[in-house]
This record gives sequence, structure tokens and C-alpha cells, in this order.
Amino acid sequence: MQPETPQYAIETRDLSIFYGAFEAVKGVNLNIEKGKITAIIGPSGCGKSTLLRAFNRMNDFVPTSRVKGEILLHGVNLYGKEIDPVEVRRRLGMVFQKPNPFPKSIYENIAWGARINGFRGNMDELVEESLRGAALWDEVKDKLKQSAYALSGGQQQRLCIARTIAIQPEIILMDEPASALDPISTLRIEELMQELKKNYTILIVTHNMQQAARVSDYTAMMMLYEDTRSGTVIEFDKTDVIFTRPTDKRTEDYVTGRFG
Amino acid sequence: MAKYTYPQSQDLQNFVNARYRTAWVWQLVFLSALLIAILSLSALLLNVADGAFGYVVYEFKKDPATVSETPLAELTQPQLLALLQENLSKGAYTKLDKESPMEKRSRDELYNLLIERVIQIKIEKTYNLFDSLLHADVIRAEVAEKYPDATLEFRSWLTPAFLTTPMSSKAEFAGVRTALLGSLWLVAIAVALALPVGVGAAIYLQEYARKSFINNIIQTNINNLAGVPSIVYGMLGLAIFVRAMEAFTSGAIFGVTDSNGRTVLSAGLTMGILVLPLVIINAQEAIKAVPDSIRQAAFGVGATRWQTVWHHVLPSAMPGILTGSILAMSRAVGETAPLIIVGASTFISIDPASPFSKFTALPIQVYQWTARAQAEFHNIAAAAILVLLALLLTLNATAIFLRNRLQKRF
Repeated sequence: MQPETPQYAIETRDLSIFYGAFEAVKGVNLNIEKGKITAIIGPSGCGKSTLLRAFNRMNDFVPTSRVKGEILLHGVNLYGKEIDPVEVRRRLGMVFQKPNPFPKSIYENIAWGARINGFRGNMDELVEESLRGAALWDEVKDKLKQSAYALSGGQQQRLCIARTIAIQPEIILMDEPASALDPISTLRIEELMQELKKNYTILIVTHNMQQAARVSDYTAMMMLYEDTRSGTVIEFDKTDVIFTRPTDKRTEDYVTGRFG
Repeated sequence: MAKYTYPQSQDLQNFVNARYRTAWVWQLVFLSALLIAILSLSALLLNVADGAFGYVVYEFKKDPATVSETPLAELTQPQLLALLQENLSKGAYTKLDKESPMEKRSRDELYNLLIERVIQIKIEKTYNLFDSLLHADVIRAEVAEKYPDATLEFRSWLTPAFLTTPMSSKAEFAGVRTALLGSLWLVAIAVALALPVGVGAAIYLQEYARKSFINNIIQTNINNLAGVPSIVYGMLGLAIFVRAMEAFTSGAIFGVTDSNGRTVLSAGLTMGILVLPLVIINAQEAIKAVPDSIRQAAFGVGATRWQTVWHHVLPSAMPGILTGSILAMSRAVGETAPLIIVGASTFISIDPASPFSKFTALPIQVYQWTARAQAEFHNIAAAAILVLLALLLTLNATAIFLRNRLQKRF
């Protein structure tokens, strides 16, 4: 049986991220497979979120931040000179740690992103499709004109996911999307992720190792260099390998709870 | 013995009681602070009211009975017209007729004219509200003795006519119409300048400017400018708007010929510059208060910075920005010093009709009237202050109403 050549959605090449002189993330090489869920785990402060935010250039808003190396989407470096970060962010949607719907109606929350990106088509259809895609339609179909802030935390987070898929990104970046939610809402988000991976590649940062083990296909383990305090990926493999027979001793300590 | 101890039983009780006593003392201090504030504000209002109402003693220079056999109050418009023609000199009548045709004037206007020009009220003495209320008997006795022919009347100096009549050299017939309109023009021009410029500057400073040495200096200077004495802004207005930009502020380049730089436009622009730092600082605070998560959400779906600011940051900050502009308006209505320097007219009875008109404003009018020797001018100054306060309240109420309308509950 021939091993299938994996298709990569996005790749990093010797990616380092600096805040001023401080190298927060050092030398990361990841090949993220298309249509899979890849989890980034590791202790607090090891640069997981920094790495994730580098993918859609959200770190650009930190005035001193700077990137070395490459992030390749279809072989094109997202940090190339001719690349517009606004375009990058449309192709790599992001779901944040705390649900952050716009202070607008549920309908507008989805329609706004589409509109500013030049969507031409039936907006009502897009809103319905996106809400169905985020498993939220049945709960909100009768109150689309109501404020998004009236929804529960879990619903708000699914609205944020709906908002993201409405602009049809190739990759969805999730920064601890369930850390502010209760277990039931968390479960719904995790189920939703399994649905979403049929159409999207998902990169998720999580503190919750059970979550990583439950939802992801691949796992990247990050850790700090003792001397420079820079974070890096120390091991990247299929999730079951990381959690059952990791090669790195530090990974084993971390996933079994013996770390630190 | 334990290393650390806390008070027990009776000790504990005493200790807790001592804490309650301290709390009670501080509560008393705060309460008295509030009472002092309320007292000073009440004293202010009462002081104004004291001047604006009260007894007035007046005499007619010409006995109304010699002018007309029927009581004046019962005369009709044509009868009044005839009386005026009869009693006024030809020159005076023609002059009045030129200002506005006498036949077309209403009965009340003619009646006032008759009182003012023919009967000629002479105010002997005025009393303040509290005197009038508390010592009415004493006042009556005094008036009966000193001014046997005079009429004693309790009146409010603030009347509807006070609002609608222009300036006059006789307190009895003076009004604040010109000053009120001048103040409205001033506020309108000041806000039209300060709001867009101030909000624009605040957006740039908060959303676009990077942290740098120069920006820090600019920020510090804006904060300091908010504390610069208003008379300094008056000097600035005089030098720039009245003198340097005279061609513009006098309307010369728009074809207005009969005016110099001392126009309501110059004054309004000066007020605009005066309140600009206030607007900038308030707008900055409002923009700062918009949670960053909203910006991130907008950027996350591929918005540009402009789209983020225009669609999310500004609407969320709008209530705060409006609160700032309310403060700015109040400041612009109340400022006096810069207006004196920029050259508000002190005696003017023509409504400001365009930005290039000469003008006066309510605080100027109050200042003028309080400086007069005659007591009745102090009474109309008090009435004008009431108008000023009412104007402030109206402007603020309008802005708060607008703010609540804009503040969608999302």
C-alpha cells in the first residue's frame, strides 16, 4: 500500500517571531495538512497564540513585532512584500478566545464581514448557510434582528464561527475557542469542529490536553528554550502518537501531567 | 503560644466597634461635602432669583389720564396709532415708521411704544425678591411716604417680552433677543468647527498614530491646551480671525461690504478653537473605552483599519463623544473673556442674520448690565442669567436626548 502524499494547506519555514529584540517564537517548521485539525499545545507563555496569530498576520498590530522565515500558503509567502494583510485575514479566518461578536444584530454580525469583502449574492442565503454551518440556525432563526449580545457565551462563540465561515476562508484559526465556555458549550464547539473539517483546515491552540486529544488529527507540542525563553515546536506528529508514544521526554512529561 | 494572634472576645468587640466609628466619621465627612456642594448651588440659584423678581416702584412722567380718557389697557390698535401720531414729534414718528410701518405693527407693540415714548415710565426703586416677600409692609409704607404718586408692582423681570425684544437703553424695555441669537450662532459655529476637527484628531491619535516621542509631545500639549486661560484664546482669535483672516471672517471675499473682522464668525471660530482640546480629549477617552476585542473581530474578518474605525469603533464611541461635545457647548455658551477681546458689540439691537454680522452674547450682556449704576439693570442682568441657564439646560438636554437615541442597545 502506497502512503498517500499528504496535501498541505499551509507550511512554515524556519519561522521566528520577534517582539523588539526578544525572540518569542524560534525556528518553527510545520506542515499543516489540508482538511485536518491540528492542535498546538504547550505550557503557558510558550508562544502558542503568538504562533497562531502569525498565520493571519494579527501580530502586525503589535508595533514592535517582526517575523523571520516564511509562512507559505499555496507556496506563496504570506509575509512577502506584495502581500496585503487584509487579504491574508480573509483567507485565514480567526476565532478568538473570548467570544467577540460585533455590537450589532445577529444578522449584521455575519453580513458585515461578507459585505466589506465585496460579497455579491443573496445575503439572506449566506447568513442562513453560515448559521447552519455553525450549528446555530435553529436557535436563532426567529431572532436574527436581535442583538448578538443577548446570546449565551457558547452561542456567541458559534456566531463568531459562523461569521468566520461566511467569508469562506481556507483555514480557520482558533485561539482557545472554548476556554471561556462551560463543558456543554465546549462539547458543541468540538462537535462543530468535526463538521467544519470536511470543508476547512483548522488550527487550534488549546490549554486543554483532553480537548487536543479528542478533536485533533495532528498535534504540535511547544516548549520554551530554557536559556533564551523563546518558544519552539519540539515535537509534531499524529495526535495519537503524541499522546501515547511521544519521542521527546518533555512531551511525555507534559501530556501525562508530570510537567513542571 | 501562637506566633500570630488576633483580638478575641471583648477585645474583638471593641476593635470592631472602633472600625465602625471610623467608618461613620468618614461617612459624615462625605455627607457634609455633598451638603456644601448642594448649599453653594442653591445659594447661586437663589441669588439669581433674588434679582430677577421683586417689587418695583415706578412713576409716569406724563399722567396717562392726560393722554387718553379711556384707560390705556383698553385702547384698540387704531386708537393707539392715533395717540402716537398726536404725541410724538413728526421726526420721531417718521423714523419709527421707517424701521417698520406703524400701521402694520400689532396692538401690543404700539402699546409698548406708547408707554416707552409718550407716557415714559420712570423707575424710582426696585426691590429684591426676598425683601419683597419678607418686608412687604415696610416697603409699602416707605413707598407711600417717599413716592406718593408712584405705583408699586410686584413683577418678574423675566417675561416673554424680555426674550423677544432687542437691547434698549432703558432697562424697562430691554430684552435679550439679540444676545440669545448671538449665543446660538456662537455655539453652532464653535461646534461645527470643534466636533469634526476634534473627533478627527482623536481618531488619528488613538487609532493610527504610533507611540513615538513626537506623539507624546503632541498628546501632552493637547492636555495642557485644555487648561490654557480663555483670555489667551481671545488674543489668538483677535490676532488670527479678526485681523489676519479679516477678508474671510468679515465676509469681504463673499461680497459682504459693510463689516469688519469683529463678526460672530470670528467669535465662533475662537470658541471652536477654545473647546477643541476638550473635544479631542473626551473623544480620545471614548475611543479608548471601546474594547479591543471589537477591533480584533473586525480585523479578523478582513476589515481595513478605516472600516474597523468607521463601522465599529466610532458607533461604539459615539455616546462618549457626544458627552464631550455637551461639555464643549456648555463652555462655549458661558465664556465671556474671549468675546470681549474678539470684539462683541455691547450695544446692538439688530439680530445677527449671517456669520458676518456683528453680535453680542448672553454673558456679555450680563456683564454689561451688572456694570451699570442703575439698580433695574441689575435686575435684568439676573433675568438674563436665568435665560443663560435655561439655554444651557436646553442645549444639554438636546444633546443627551440625541446621545440616547444614537446609543443603540446592542
